[in-house]
Amino acid sequence: MEVPILKQGEFLIATFQAALSDADLNHLRIGLIQQVVRFRSRGVIVDVTAMDVMDSFASRTLREIAHIIRLRGAETVIVGIQPEVAFAMVQLGLTLEGVATALDLEEGLAYLNEKFKTTN
Amino acid sequence: MAKRDGGTQETGTRNNQGANLARTEASSELLRELVAHLRQNRTQLREEWVSRIAETRLLTAMTKEEIFAEATSVYDSYVEALETETFEALQAYARNLSERIIPRGVETHEVVGIVLLLRDVLARSLFAKYQTDFKKLNRILDAYEPAANRIANTVAISFVQERERVIRQQQEAIRELSTPVLQVRERLLILPIIGVIDPQRARQLTEQLLRGIRTNRAKVVVIDITGVAAMDATVANHLVQTVEASRLLGATVIVTGLSPEIAQTLVTIGVDLGKMNTVGDLQGGIEQAERLLGYKVVPSAEPR
Repeated sequence: MEVPILKQGEFLIATFQAALSDADLNHLRIGLIQQVVRFRSRGVIVDVTAMDVMDSFASRTLREIAHIIRLRGAETVIVGIQPEVAFAMVQLGLTLEGVATALDLEEGLAYLNEKFKTTN
Repeated sequence: MAKRDGGTQETGTRNNQGANLARTEASSELLRELVAHLRQNRTQLREEWVSRIAETRLLTAMTKEEIFAEATSVYDSYVEALETETFEALQAYARNLSERIIPRGVETHEVVGIVLLLRDVLARSLFAKYQTDFKKLNRILDAYEPAANRIANTVAISFVQERERVIRQQQEAIRELSTPVLQVRERLLILPIIGVIDPQRARQLTEQLLRGIRTNRAKVVVIDITGVAAMDATVANHLVQTVEASRLLGATVIVTGLSPEIAQTLVTIGVDLGKMNTVGDLQGGIEQAERLLGYKVVPSAEPR
C-alpha cells in the first residue's frame, strides 16, 4: 500500500494509513525525496499514528529520510508515535536520533512554522 | 492394641475409599457421640477455652466480651464442622472473622494458637469423659484428631489467605497512588517520584507518563526525583529510556532534584546522562520549562 504525499503550502505531509511493508517504505523514501525536490518544500511531516509496530527497518528508513531531506535543506518531523510504540522503540534502541518528533500533525505543523519563522 | 491399629487404618482410608463401609459407619457413630458430648458441655467447655485464651494472653487486641462472642461462634462452627465433616461453612466463617480482626492487628500465631487451644480443651474433656474406658477413648480420638487437625488447618489457611489478599490490595493501592502525573500549566506536566523504584514501578511510571503526555498534549515534562534515595544502573537506564520515549512523543524532559550522591553514583557507574536535561531543583526545572513554553511569570504586585 502506497503512502499518499500531500502538498500543503511549503510543506509535504505523508500519512501512514496502515502498517507498511519494507517495499512500501522504500517507495515512500523515493517519493518524498522526489517531491521535496520538485516542490522545493521546506518541511516534511511523516504521520505514523496508524503504525502500531515500528521495527528496526522502519525506524532506520525514517531516520534516513530525515537525514537525506536535511541535505536538501528541508526539515523533517515524525509525528504521532503511539506511547507503547515509543517505549518499545526505546527498549530496542531505536531512538530516531537527530530527528525531530512531535505529538501529532498539529504540533508538527506548529514546530515547522516556528522553525521557519525564526530562520527567516 | 489391635483395635487401635484398626481404627487408625479406618480413619486413614476414610477419605480415599468408601470400601469399608461398616468401619466408616462406626467412625461416624463415634463422631456423632463426640458431637453430642460437645453440645452437652457447650457452656462449660467454651468458658474454659476463653479462660485459657486469656491465660496465654492471646487476642490482646480484643475485649473480653468480643473474645467471648467470637469464641461462641467459633465453637459452634467447630462442632458443626465435626458433625457434618464439611469445612466450607467453617472456611467461610474463618474468612469473615479474619476480615474483621485483621485490621485490628491480630497476628497469625494468635489465630492458630486459639484454634489449637480449643482442640486441646476438647481433647482434655474427652480424656475426662472416657478415662475409665481406654479403648473407647482411643477410638474416639482416632475419629476426633484428623477432623480437629483439618479444622485447625482450614482456619489457619483461611486466615493467611485473607491476610495475603489484604496485603495484595494495599500493594495495588500504594502502587496506583505512587505515580501521579500532574499538569501544572497548559502543556507542562510534573512527575514527582518518591521512594524506591523497582523495575515494575519504573515500567508503570513510564506508561503513565507517556499516556499523560498524550492526553494532556504536553510539550515539557519535569521529572522530580528529590524523593528518590538511591538509584542503580537499571533504574537510571530506565530513566534514560523514559526520557527518549517522551522525546519520540514530542515532549522535552527536564530531570530535577538529582542528589549529589545519586549524581556521583551515576557518573561512577557510567550511565550516559548526556541526553538528559537536568536542573538542580524542582523550582529551577519549572522555571526552565516555562521558558521553553514561552511563559513569563511576573508578580502582579509587591508581596504583602
